[in-house]
Amino acid sequence: MSNVPSAKQRSAWERFFKSGRQDSPFKRILIHLALIISSIIAIYPVLRVVSVSLRPGDRLLSTSLALIPPDATLEAYRVVLFEKEFPVWVWNSIAITSATAVIGVVLAATSAYAFSRWRFPGRSPGLVFLLSTQMLPAPMMMVPIYILASKLGLTQTYRGLVIAYSVTSVPFSIWILKGYYDTIPRELEEAALIDGVSRLSAFWRIVLPLSTPALAIVFLFNFMAAWSDYLLARVMIASERPLWTWVLGVRDFQSQFQTQWGLFSASSILVMVPVVALFLYSSKWLISGLTLGSVKG
Amino acid sequence: MKFLTPDVIWNSLREVGSTVLFIIAGTVLLEVLAYFLWSPLGVFSQAVDQLLKPLGDRVRSLLAGLAVVAAVVLVVAMVSPGQEPSPLAPYWPVAAVLFLIGLFISPSATVIFGWRLRLPYMLLMPALVGLLLLVVYPLLWELNVSFTNLNPRHFKSPDFIGLKNYVEVFTKPVLKQVMFFPVFLRTILWTVINVVFHVSGGMALALLLNRKMRLRGLYRTLLIFPWAIPQPIACLAWRGEFHYEYGFVNIMLQRVGLEPIQWMSNPTWNFVAMCITNIWLGIPFMMVIILGGLQSIAGEYYEAAEIDGASAWQQFRHVTLPLLRPVLTPAVILGTVWTFTNFNVPFFINQNELETSDTLVTALFRSAFQYFNLGDAAAFAFVIFAILLAFSIVYIRVTGGLKGATE
Repeated sequence: MSNVPSAKQRSAWERFFKSGRQDSPFKRILIHLALIISSIIAIYPVLRVVSVSLRPGDRLLSTSLALIPPDATLEAYRVVLFEKEFPVWVWNSIAITSATAVIGVVLAATSAYAFSRWRFPGRSPGLVFLLSTQMLPAPMMMVPIYILASKLGLTQTYRGLVIAYSVTSVPFSIWILKGYYDTIPRELEEAALIDGVSRLSAFWRIVLPLSTPALAIVFLFNFMAAWSDYLLARVMIASERPLWTWVLGVRDFQSQFQTQWGLFSASSILVMVPVVALFLYSSKWLISGLTLGSVKG
Repeated sequence: MKFLTPDVIWNSLREVGSTVLFIIAGTVLLEVLAYFLWSPLGVFSQAVDQLLKPLGDRVRSLLAGLAVVAAVVLVVAMVSPGQEPSPLAPYWPVAAVLFLIGLFISPSATVIFGWRLRLPYMLLMPALVGLLLLVVYPLLWELNVSFTNLNPRHFKSPDFIGLKNYVEVFTKPVLKQVMFFPVFLRTILWTVINVVFHVSGGMALALLLNRKMRLRGLYRTLLIFPWAIPQPIACLAWRGEFHYEYGFVNIMLQRVGLEPIQWMSNPTWNFVAMCITNIWLGIPFMMVIILGGLQSIAGEYYEAAEIDGASAWQQFRHVTLPLLRPVLTPAVILGTVWTFTNFNVPFFINQNELETSDTLVTALFRSAFQYFNLGDAAAFAFVIFAILLAFSIVYIRVTGGLKGATE
């Protein structure tokens, strides 16, 4: 084949954007440079938060850009952990969030299976309805949910929050899980059905184990949605300080009138580290699950 | 001041646990009821079916539709927006009966209550009830309120004022000073700027990362960072960094010899600050999605294209983009809707100060929770919802993006 272009004949553009095996050293340096700059942009604001959290109390406001301040101290962390209600708030968030994420996953996993494997009246309208709930602006639901909750005596309690959070991510989760179930061949279950296994236990023993990645993603989404929600928490429990989730607390440290920079930064870091670790750890699943669901195999 | 004592831990565990138990018990009850009622209902629907056969399917569907719509209208009217219960409230059994009549008249009743579909409906039941309670009921309430003048002056007994609120969304200021269309245009600008940067930035980074190279895992991890951080923290941290004197943005501007910028009080710069924050937040999601899509494209396509003498741009245009479409289309729809309805970034960066920085969603929040014009806000909310829905339908039609997804 004479018309295969040799490396020399390629244009500069081509050499740059080909995901090639034989990148020139110059191009490799350029790519690394671009990625290093992007990475710095991605993490610099976070590093700044770390830096502020380490500053001693009298130097919180400074125009220095040094990432590790001259006399770094963990004082802000001590105050946040032992002198503020911050641990209570984090505990509240953990209790509410883990309960709701589990319920949300269970609700979505079963419904998505029905949507994926059966044709029933109301199926297409149902799926369209689930999709269109994604277009509801969040504040739109807050007034009625608040009124409903106050009529049932559920405001300023965890109960209202737990119930509301369990359902909010369900539509999106159903879509993701349905897409994933669709990629699992039906023959697997049919074979099991012929062997005399019930439909439900085929679901439990074959489909669910095969969709662990998608379930993990959905759990993560449910968890993150409830974990970093501000709006619903503010509407439902704002006036009961001991019930606050960490978001309300952190927001309070950075209030309109007086910002406690040290406390804000230290508590942000404390909340962020476990979540970011979990997120980065599961990012591989996340990628495969998100794309599998949409590409359908 | 309250600390994390065993008492506090136990109390919250008990309250969350009891709620979970309540949900489980409700679900079990529902399922048992459905399990035992399904066959009798099936028999009943067969009988009704025999009885109504002469009517024909068309007439039956029409009648059923009418009955269900009547039931929904009655339910909407029964929901009271004010303090006193609506005078129609005692008639809820009528609505229920109407709904049941509609259900059983319809020709699909025998299919619905057939034994074959008992399991799927039972699987759907808990989520269905949850969504009815927390999405459908609030929506009906909101719909009802949007026809009334519920606001601080008429809180106890709002009056029915028809479509006045909907007209006023467009003819009167939606907040204290700003009209609907400037906010709408700003929101569109906000969405377009953000989505364009998200997709192009995500695409560029994904193309750079989609090769064998050293440190690839490290770069990817670092680049995902903004997505991993809880949004309120990211937004509040950025807000701090836009501080006139002590934020790093202005410090850096001054170091390179530029004038510092009034990020918080100048409307234009405030908007720019919101965009910067959201672009920073949103690129990793697109990058991850596009990277996943790129990796699923087999190398043979590129080899074939290369043999045919396609340049890199041609390969990108004719191989990469078309094959990315199944991944990209849902991602762009979701990205657009999420950006359009993004609450955290405009809210936390602006902290409800400048009305001129509000997008539709924060304007809605302000109108409802700061000015308590609930009636106006409800109509406003439905207008926003209609805009988003229209956009999505058009987009899906044009790109054929979700073809087959609902089949």
